[in-house]
Amino acid sequence: MAFFEMVKTALRTVMQKPVTILYPLQAAKKTPISRGHVVFDGSTCISCGICLRRCPSQAIVLNKEAKSWQINRFRCVVCNSCVDTCPTKSLTMDTRYTAPAAVQGVETFTITYVKPARPEKKDESG
Amino acid sequence: MIMDTQTTTGIDVGKLIGSVERFRNEGYRLVQIGCTKVGEQYEVNYSFDKDYHFENIRITIAGDTEVPSISGMYWSAFAYENEMHDLFGIQVRGMNIDFKGTFIRTAVRYPFSQPPVTVTKGDKP
Amino acid sequence: MSKQIIVPFGPQHPVLPEPIHLDLVLEDERVIDVIPSIGYIHRGFEKLVEKREFTDYVYIAERTCGICSFVHGATYCQGIEQIMKIDVPERAEYLRVIWSEYSRLHSHLLWLGLFADSFGFENLFMNAWKIREDILDVMEQTTGGRVIQGSCKVGGVRRDISNEKLDAMAKDLDRIDRDMKELTTVFLQDSSIQHRLRNVGVISRDDAYHLGAVGPTARGSGVAIDTRKLGYGAYDRLNVPVVTDSCGDCYSRCAVRARELFTSTDLIRQAVKKIPDGPIDVKVTGVPDGEYFMRAEQPRGELVHYLKGNGTKFLVRSRIRTPTLTNIPPLIKMLQGCELADVPVIVLSIDPCISCTER
Repeated sequence: MAFFEMVKTALRTVMQKPVTILYPLQAAKKTPISRGHVVFDGSTCISCGICLRRCPSQAIVLNKEAKSWQINRFRCVVCNSCVDTCPTKSLTMDTRYTAPAAVQGVETFTITYVKPARPEKKDESG
Repeated sequence: MIMDTQTTTGIDVGKLIGSVERFRNEGYRLVQIGCTKVGEQYEVNYSFDKDYHFENIRITIAGDTEVPSISGMYWSAFAYENEMHDLFGIQVRGMNIDFKGTFIRTAVRYPFSQPPVTVTKGDKP
Repeated sequence: MSKQIIVPFGPQHPVLPEPIHLDLVLEDERVIDVIPSIGYIHRGFEKLVEKREFTDYVYIAERTCGICSFVHGATYCQGIEQIMKIDVPERAEYLRVIWSEYSRLHSHLLWLGLFADSFGFENLFMNAWKIREDILDVMEQTTGGRVIQGSCKVGGVRRDISNEKLDAMAKDLDRIDRDMKELTTVFLQDSSIQHRLRNVGVISRDDAYHLGAVGPTARGSGVAIDTRKLGYGAYDRLNVPVVTDSCGDCYSRCAVRARELFTSTDLIRQAVKKIPDGPIDVKVTGVPDGEYFMRAEQPRGELVHYLKGNGTKFLVRSRIRTPTLTNIPPLIKMLQGCELADVPVIVLSIDPCISCTER
């Protein structure tokens, strides 16, 4: 049975500088693989719809005719599965969190990818 | 690694109390009581464990069959039986602590015995 | 003839991390009976299994709880792998063990902090969470998320840790061990803490076994059950000691968790020494058809995932039975006969994780 066992630790922490950071005035500590928010690149997307089917919270809406790709930031759980399964690597993960907002809404991006024209097939018959 | 296969014994509702008493006398502890809806019938699994040896018995009943409670032998079974009643609507006779439907309060009564609700994509939650 | 009054405890209470309601029947400051009531955070996770494919359900299983999230995801993946008879590569099994043990460290440190807060020792609470920050930093550097890891998938793991990083992590554990030793000395030796914890909330060995207590709640009363001894994952190749204590009061449960911190760091060092090189995942084809009860050791006790598939890509049933649901009947037994001021300490000593219980 000991008395005042905590005094040693308490005095040492008082002498050191604080371990907390003044977030949001100082930046939050992040690593290169931290999951913050999803970034979409419209110039390489081929509208295959795989990200839409893999999303566990159904946050992505794709409109092929209108060429728009929407994401509901409030539904996205930043799980990284759309980034992992995109075949053309149009989706990447950024390390900063989405900023707080007062109204819920969706973010819309336009798809500017144009499929290159196939070269005309030469007549094979000799 | 692949672990050992588990066997499940299916028994009649009438023989439930006898089987559970046998487990009690041999010193097994109750692991869980769980319910699954398969088609129109309900399968109720009772799991027991002793020294890492796992045993499972199962009864298959219709929605309105009354199941006898095993809380006479295992006092802690009331938590599982009340949850089974609140989520699936199975009537259990003789629970030692009967919450009468207020253990888990949900917006829809007996939610797990009904088909799931669909939400359209991209709507606000 | 003294009067009996009923005092409601919860769902909002400064000491509870999650909402649970207890109706305490009191006679002059002594608790006679307790009536629990849950359902404040029921989200209906088990119903979602009918709408999400079995490979996507990992993300939902992980989000059942914020403190023990990695073990839920890993147990679900292991359950599906047992049904489909998939053999996961060895490196993936060792990586899962390393992340599970880090998860156990962070959960026990969180609990030690909250427990110190429940009897009023705020300085100790902050110090325990300061050590926990180092553990969460390691989780973020290796998986990308501090609280929800997202690194398990059916067939293996999604990310690898390089061998240099593993050696650096094992070396850093020496410093964390020293800090934890100082912290646990305060918990176990200080006289003011012993006055609050000794002979409070006593439950005997037979009661603990027959009422279904699991995890440190059972091991604090002398019942030596630890689901890691089943040998799932890579645990059959590692030496897992079972930590028990015989008194059955709040001090014993605290001592069991404090000593488990050191067995976890030892297991991480063993795993880093033995981890082989190789692939981290295996391709999954086909759909699950069959059922299995997968049991694993969560920081709070024995976790059971019951999964049933019928040959389509949606599972029929996923039932999660968490240790807190089975620790509530022993809690009722412990609270009978105690003083009102001891109620927060006893409720917190079983480590209630109500969001797991309610799913």
